[in-house]
Amino acid sequence: MFTYYLQLGLRSLRRNPALTALMVMAIGFGVAASMITYSVFRAVSGNPIPGKSAQLYTPQIDNWGPQQNVKGEPPDALDYVDAMALMRAHEAKRQTLLYMVQMSVMPGGERDLPLAANGYAVYSDFFPMFDVSFQYGGSWSGQDGQERSNEVVISDQLNQKLFGGVDSVGRTVNFNGHDYRVVGVTRHWDPKPRFFDLFSTSGFEDASDFYMPFNRAMDLQMRSGGRNSCRGTINYTTWEGYLQSNCVWITPWVELDTAADVAHYRHFLESYAADQQRAGRFVWAPNVRLRDVVQWLDFQHVVPPESRISLLLALGFFVICLINTIGLLLAKFLRRAGEIGVRRALGASRREIYAQYLIEAATVGLAGGVLGLLLTTVGVSGVSVLFPPEIAKLAQLDFKLVGLTLLVAIVATVLAAFYPAWRAARVQPAWQLKSN
Amino acid sequence: MQIKPILVALRRHKAGTVLIALQIALTLAIVCNALFIIHERLANLSEQSGVDEGNALVVTNHWAVEKPTQQVDAQIRADMAALRQLSSVRDAAPATGYPLQGGGWDNFITLTPEQVKPTTDSAVYVSDDHLLDTLGVRLVAGRNFRPDEILVMGTQEVVIPPVVIVSKALADRLFPDGSALGKSIYAMGPTPSTIIGIVDVLHRQGTSQWNKAYAGQSLIWPARPADSRGVFYIVRAKPGQRAAAMREVPKALFAQSRMRMLDPKDGILDYAQVRQRAYDSDRGMVILMGLICVVLLAITAAGIVGLSSFWVGQRRKQIGVRRALGATRADILSYFLTENFLIGLGGVVVGAVLAIGINLWMVTQFEMARLSLAYVAAGVVALLLLGQGAVLAPALRASHVSPVEATRSV
Repeated sequence: MFTYYLQLGLRSLRRNPALTALMVMAIGFGVAASMITYSVFRAVSGNPIPGKSAQLYTPQIDNWGPQQNVKGEPPDALDYVDAMALMRAHEAKRQTLLYMVQMSVMPGGERDLPLAANGYAVYSDFFPMFDVSFQYGGSWSGQDGQERSNEVVISDQLNQKLFGGVDSVGRTVNFNGHDYRVVGVTRHWDPKPRFFDLFSTSGFEDASDFYMPFNRAMDLQMRSGGRNSCRGTINYTTWEGYLQSNCVWITPWVELDTAADVAHYRHFLESYAADQQRAGRFVWAPNVRLRDVVQWLDFQHVVPPESRISLLLALGFFVICLINTIGLLLAKFLRRAGEIGVRRALGASRREIYAQYLIEAATVGLAGGVLGLLLTTVGVSGVSVLFPPEIAKLAQLDFKLVGLTLLVAIVATVLAAFYPAWRAARVQPAWQLKSN
Repeated sequence: MQIKPILVALRRHKAGTVLIALQIALTLAIVCNALFIIHERLANLSEQSGVDEGNALVVTNHWAVEKPTQQVDAQIRADMAALRQLSSVRDAAPATGYPLQGGGWDNFITLTPEQVKPTTDSAVYVSDDHLLDTLGVRLVAGRNFRPDEILVMGTQEVVIPPVVIVSKALADRLFPDGSALGKSIYAMGPTPSTIIGIVDVLHRQGTSQWNKAYAGQSLIWPARPADSRGVFYIVRAKPGQRAAAMREVPKALFAQSRMRMLDPKDGILDYAQVRQRAYDSDRGMVILMGLICVVLLAITAAGIVGLSSFWVGQRRKQIGVRRALGATRADILSYFLTENFLIGLGGVVVGAVLAIGINLWMVTQFEMARLSLAYVAAGVVALLLLGQGAVLAPALRASHVSPVEATRSV
């Protein structure tokens, strides 16, 4: 019976071509608008490290005080003094500090021009904490706690550019005129959004090229290649003065496995800030935060407002298309009241009429879904017109999106058909037969 | 026209009536908000930069090797001499940033050194005496820097020059009585800078929401930015020679030194590209909202046509009876138009409330401005007209129903 109804449904699509076309278009446009904006939203709002997002925390300490901080929140990064204090205390299982550095790879081989490279100064815990896996080699040693060797971990892309992708462990790279020994090559690793550095990036920049030991960068007095934010009067004149200033530029991360560990670390932060208050460095009560990855992404508003607004508007648009479809289905079904009357008189039950018209609606939904899929394909490839390039390129049409498009179209249309089909099933056979 | 019989008749088509009214209500709510977003974003897109955008271009120059400040400064001076000599170039200046860059250096401003809460915030451009001519910004009071006032600012060094040029927006914010020229301000430094010049419009680097509160507030400090990491070169081509300058500038720079990096993708941008990058998401929103509005109105209109046609089809007999009893074609036409108007009226009342509700919610979520009631009013009129337009064809068809229909098959 299902296939028979399906055939009836398909045949009836051709009966009122204008009405059918209108419904198919409404559903097609509605579902396509929703799916295109959803493909972008999905890309920017995803959890970049699903397995560990609840174990990774970024501590914040208010070193600016209530008069200079933003809306009572501690700054989004740490100054050098607080960052080093956290490292020395070592109250977490794993911990790292990081900041963005920009360097150049000196010419060599066939390259006659220097090559720009962006990376991070980090501690060796960075790699296991963030699940960075290695193609060759591994991290530099974190054993002595110094982390100031001339060693570097490079990304697979930089390894491709510099060494043609071969195992380059042990080879030398010259960054900014200093030689570094390659100790590891990462596999492709580019979490989107880049949760670990939302201070200097919007979360969607190109993948980083290298990672170097944090204290090596300190020894070379390497300024941050990212953001730097200060308060009050800036009066430092030397590197040492800069390190002692209230300028924030370092992002800390700690790995805490259990709720007890989190509570313990939070307590540690509170007591650290209280110590600073007692010592007179802070003249305000402790004001600290400890946010995990998801909370941090949320707090930093990583999802661009444009993406949210356009998804909501597209969904609203889809709802209107569905209301439109309800009206049109009602018109389409009730036009055939006579036909329904005959079928009912010949013994069809209400349930059968109901099923027939729901299936007919599903065929409309299917047609709308196919149109929607075509439009979504066009839309996703042209999404760079609507969103900045770094975000647009994240939107992809994959198997899941194709399935979702068809499913949403059919399910939504069938839902929209509940009322019209119910009305059709309630047609009184006697009435219809009488007037014909 | 009697309204009561129409209302009575509508009660027999509750579902259709509610559906059309609901569709009109939601369409109004969404179109009002979408148009308002378009309006806001278009305002962003048309923000003035103060730059001679037709001729200016920006080079992002990263140094390959970290060198002492003196050597960096010498290289910058050599580069400038080379660029200013090019036949296609009118002027050039080294700078720490450029208008519409998308984010950059800004400092809080205070009027006294002890003040803890800042008076306001200003974008900071550090450049030499060529910047004004290179950007093409207009001096409205005071004077430009003299060559002997240009200091040198090393890597993240704190150099507070004793003189400063500010934008008119900043001058007016700090000294609303118009007395800014000659006054001193503190920009997070221990020593003051005296305002020696005021320029007309000079946009900040940033275009984000946060910058809106400080729109147009910027200052220029006289120093060559000899940062060992890199520097921006702003170049103003002679009229009509921008393309030639785009080609010649990188050649001239590499002839000076090859130990620099100009990104092949965005190492050198003309101002059309700078503006496009700065307002990417605004332009995208305008296009998306515009598309949604157009398709939405079309679908709503089509929906009204569809349902009205169905109603006309259903009521052919009644129409025939009315015609036979003496109703004119105009009576039938106006019956359907009035019916649609009444439904539309119900829809827009609900829609107006919804539109304002959605906007109030968006204000809390997305830092948007309040919806102006003019938009709602315009939307109401537009949707009522749309409804009348959509129902016109079915209504005309209804008015052509012959009185003979009344006699058939009853």
